[in-house]
Amino acid sequence: MSTVTPSAHPHAEHGHPPFLQHHFREMAQQFDAAKIGMWLFLVTEVLLFGGLFVGYGIMHARHPEAFMAAHHHLDRTLGALNTVVLLISSFTMVMSVWAAQTDRRKLLILFLALTILCAGVFMVVKYFEYSHKFHEGLLPGKYYSHKGDTVPGQFMFFSFYFMMTGLHGIHVLAGMVAIAWLLVRALKGHFSSEYYSPVEVTGLYWHLVDLIWIYLFPLMYLIS
Amino acid sequence: MSEGVLHAGAGHAAHHADYLEEPKGLWSWLTTVDHKRIGLMYMWSVLFFFLVGGLFALLIRLELLTPKQTIMDAETYNRVFTLHGAIMTFLVIIPAIPGALGNFALPLLLGAKDVAFPRLNLASLYIYWTGAAMAVATLALGGVDTGWTFYTPYSTTTGGGVSLMVLAAFVLGFSSIFTGVNFIATVHKLRAPGMGWFEMPLFCWGMYATAIIQILATPVLGITLLLIVMERVLGVGIFDPQLGGDPVLFQHFFWFYSHPAVYIMILPAMAVISEVIPTFSKKTIFGYKAIAFSSVAIALLGFLVWAHHMFVAGMSLFAGAIFSFLTFFIAVPSAIKVFNWIATMWRGSISLEAPMLHAISFLLIFTIGGLTGLFLAALSTDVHLHDTYFVVAHFHFVMAGANLIALLAGMHYWWPKMFGRMYNRRLAAIAAGIIFVGFNLTFLPQFVLGSRGMPRRYFNYLPQFQDLHVISTVGSWVLAAGLFLTAAYLLASFRQPKGMPANPWGGRTLEWETTSPPTTHNFEGQPVLQHGPYDYRPEPAPVGVKEMAH
Amino acid sequence: MNWFRNFLLPPGASTHVGEMDGLFMFITLLTVFFFFFNGALIFYAVRRWRRRSEKEVTPHITHDTRLELVWSLIPLIVVMVIFFWGFRGYVKAWVAPNDSMEIIVTGKKWVWEFEYPDGTRTLNDLHVPVNQPVKLVLTAEDVIHSFYIPEFRLKRDAIPGRYTELWFTATRPGIYQVFCTEYCGRGHSDMLARIFVDTPEQYETFLREGDEQVRKMPLKELGRLVWENKGCATCHSLDGTRGQGPSWKGIWNQRHKGADGKEHLVDADYIRQSILMPQAVVVQGFEPIMPTYQGLLREREILAVIEFIKELQ
Repeated sequence: MSTVTPSAHPHAEHGHPPFLQHHFREMAQQFDAAKIGMWLFLVTEVLLFGGLFVGYGIMHARHPEAFMAAHHHLDRTLGALNTVVLLISSFTMVMSVWAAQTDRRKLLILFLALTILCAGVFMVVKYFEYSHKFHEGLLPGKYYSHKGDTVPGQFMFFSFYFMMTGLHGIHVLAGMVAIAWLLVRALKGHFSSEYYSPVEVTGLYWHLVDLIWIYLFPLMYLIS
Repeated sequence: MSEGVLHAGAGHAAHHADYLEEPKGLWSWLTTVDHKRIGLMYMWSVLFFFLVGGLFALLIRLELLTPKQTIMDAETYNRVFTLHGAIMTFLVIIPAIPGALGNFALPLLLGAKDVAFPRLNLASLYIYWTGAAMAVATLALGGVDTGWTFYTPYSTTTGGGVSLMVLAAFVLGFSSIFTGVNFIATVHKLRAPGMGWFEMPLFCWGMYATAIIQILATPVLGITLLLIVMERVLGVGIFDPQLGGDPVLFQHFFWFYSHPAVYIMILPAMAVISEVIPTFSKKTIFGYKAIAFSSVAIALLGFLVWAHHMFVAGMSLFAGAIFSFLTFFIAVPSAIKVFNWIATMWRGSISLEAPMLHAISFLLIFTIGGLTGLFLAALSTDVHLHDTYFVVAHFHFVMAGANLIALLAGMHYWWPKMFGRMYNRRLAAIAAGIIFVGFNLTFLPQFVLGSRGMPRRYFNYLPQFQDLHVISTVGSWVLAAGLFLTAAYLLASFRQPKGMPANPWGGRTLEWETTSPPTTHNFEGQPVLQHGPYDYRPEPAPVGVKEMAH
Repeated sequence: MNWFRNFLLPPGASTHVGEMDGLFMFITLLTVFFFFFNGALIFYAVRRWRRRSEKEVTPHITHDTRLELVWSLIPLIVVMVIFFWGFRGYVKAWVAPNDSMEIIVTGKKWVWEFEYPDGTRTLNDLHVPVNQPVKLVLTAEDVIHSFYIPEFRLKRDAIPGRYTELWFTATRPGIYQVFCTEYCGRGHSDMLARIFVDTPEQYETFLREGDEQVRKMPLKELGRLVWENKGCATCHSLDGTRGQGPSWKGIWNQRHKGADGKEHLVDADYIRQSILMPQAVVVQGFEPIMPTYQGLLREREILAVIEFIKELQ
């Protein structure tokens, strides 16, 4: 917030910044508004996932044995790998914002590309996990067809597994699209220390996506 | 140029064409990011669906004229009341004042050129249209017969277009969230120079409080509705007792949104009334801070009371006591507001123009609506009245009566600002009276029906309830007559030439300082606040920055 | 005030009525009072301070802390009174007395089924003795229903997969309407039941001879009902399959070989004996596991079973 000093005379003509929208008086105001908007959006995201987390918690409390038995079907190694991959992507995202703030265009492009790469790795790992579950019949709700269960009711764990990781996966994909768009704009040279709010707010979003996974991973993979 | 008591304000010819004229063409409207145009498109859409939902209401009332089948069978009736409820809640009442009046007026009142995210604003309108189209499309799938509350396990087992209707409500939630995000960011960052939080018109406080609820509650409804779809498509089991789930959990999730949503419906209404009463009393608002804080208090308390919809659903004694206790606290800020409004009129200079008449009818209807809420908040009386016509009457008083009458008040108030034209004010006064009488005739008997034991959502009813149902049905015709009269004179106003002065009512907020209708960018230059929002002193004491930058 | 209460509320008939009606009338009067109070203030203000000239100047009154405190505190006190009043009534209606008679109520599209302590089941008609605490244990088979008796001022949801409770002591003999108040589809508004609050004599008759429905039912049909509802069906089949006990198919006028080696003609007396004293004769090859139905079946029901078996050829 302290990055741009508001000018004392907002309407003094000193060259209209190229990305200043007409209804804002100055870049700082526009930047703050964008940040407020993104934070509010993140609140809605937390509450959206919050509903699922609460539902998971209540059903887990009601069927502890089934959830315990079901979670053994998940591959902890792949889950841990994905956690690491997302953490790295969060780091590269932070670096992207830093690169934009400090006018390092080439580094910005590099870090954005690395972030997309990490997200891609995450999705590929998720693809292998999902296809393994599909193969085993570990499917949500009435499509659950895994043979040889000793504890009944495991379908509900997989209902939540697919709903929650699925919704998270959609958010990762949306993040990849947003970062790809940043990459295009970075290649066009739009961002600078004067104007980097799209990078910053997308970064906020990306950290939330990461954070949700940090909660999902122990909740699903590490029940004890 | 003005007639009667209208002020001859600063209605000089605009330098630029007004926002209605420039740019021209349908495409320019469909791609506009101008908050005023988006507000108008919201308004016409909302009014269209109000007509549709209202026609369904007339059908319901006609069916209930006799105890047995009158004009339709039970299955049709169930679909009609579901559509009435769903359309009125999700397509009319929730978006009505924020979407239409909020979009139009909020930036003007703040002295801003637009909302913070104009493109997001346009997106919210398109999402609204998408959701509306989906809701209407359920008719092709055989309609929906769950009631607008979608209670499980009924909603997960019945046929028809439930999934599509639920997804429509989910989509509409995004439109509401986008509006909320926009309003909060706008209020925070786009106030005119010199306008502190407490120099903001109270309409903005009301919209701000509404936006808080839209942001905090709507996502939970979203995920709840998705879970219904998942339950229907995949059989995930969370709400299905046969699969180890819990149908009452749905009610908790649902009301965690939908109870605060009730305040999405009433806070904007209060926001409008807080503008109308000072203007037509020509007197500063009484207890500005009390009204502002009570809006925020209602918004926050609204999140702690959702389970009062479930007192008879087998919750524990302790939970029942807590939720009842908390619910009563909402009565206090509501009462404060009503007394503040009346105190504002006290020793004022009261002009009974149509917006003021609607505001007075709001005060009376809200008094009844609010106090009848006490019956439902108290545990022992709620046990008797829950899910009877008493509840139907209560929520029509607060949601339909208070909200829609406030919408009418706001539309009549800002109509000259929106279009630069005036409606027939004599007809408007008559219509306000007819609407008030019709509304009470329709819904007052329903309180008695309910306390005598008539349950809601009944197609057939026992003969002893018929007299009151007949009165209610006749009332619905009176109400409809008043609304059609309103539609007629409002539309007729377009045959008048434009020529309203900037400030026909003598208001003191910023929207009256620009032309009627405003130019595309609202103001010539950046307006700077010269006085408080409701300062009617002949030479008001200035606040904040004094020099005009332009 | 009585006429006003009688206009608004149906006549009460349970012990919960007094508490609820008192509070109801209190809030009603409060509502009426404040409606006219606010209305009078507005009316006065509009008459007294109607705008007569555009040049009128109004006093600049921004607030009055004392006044605002008054109209914040008074509503607060009033609502707290209402809260405790409502809570008191709710608590009283919460815990059923220990000597309550327990009846299981099952809601399903679109009927109410009642099961009495003795296993009797009735559909849509519930008989209870006057002045006797009755506890209803509610559940549902398909979707959520809600059991509402306006005259008792009581209501509770019946939820599939859960048990909820409701209790009352009826104070006035008569027939009272029960409504379903949770929307449950096409037949929602026809899902009605009646509670017959019986005098002790009427209730005796009901216990002895069943309700009106049972008394009027042809014996043969009643026999099938008894077989279904009283547990006979668990062991005795109707199609000849061997269960825990002998099938009823085609046994009328046949001879049963008892465990004691003697032969017994299956006639009315034999069947009556088998019902009331099942261990007297046990058919060869079966365990002596049948419990006695002494006191569990009414005379007419025993006759009905005999008629029913007679028909099963």
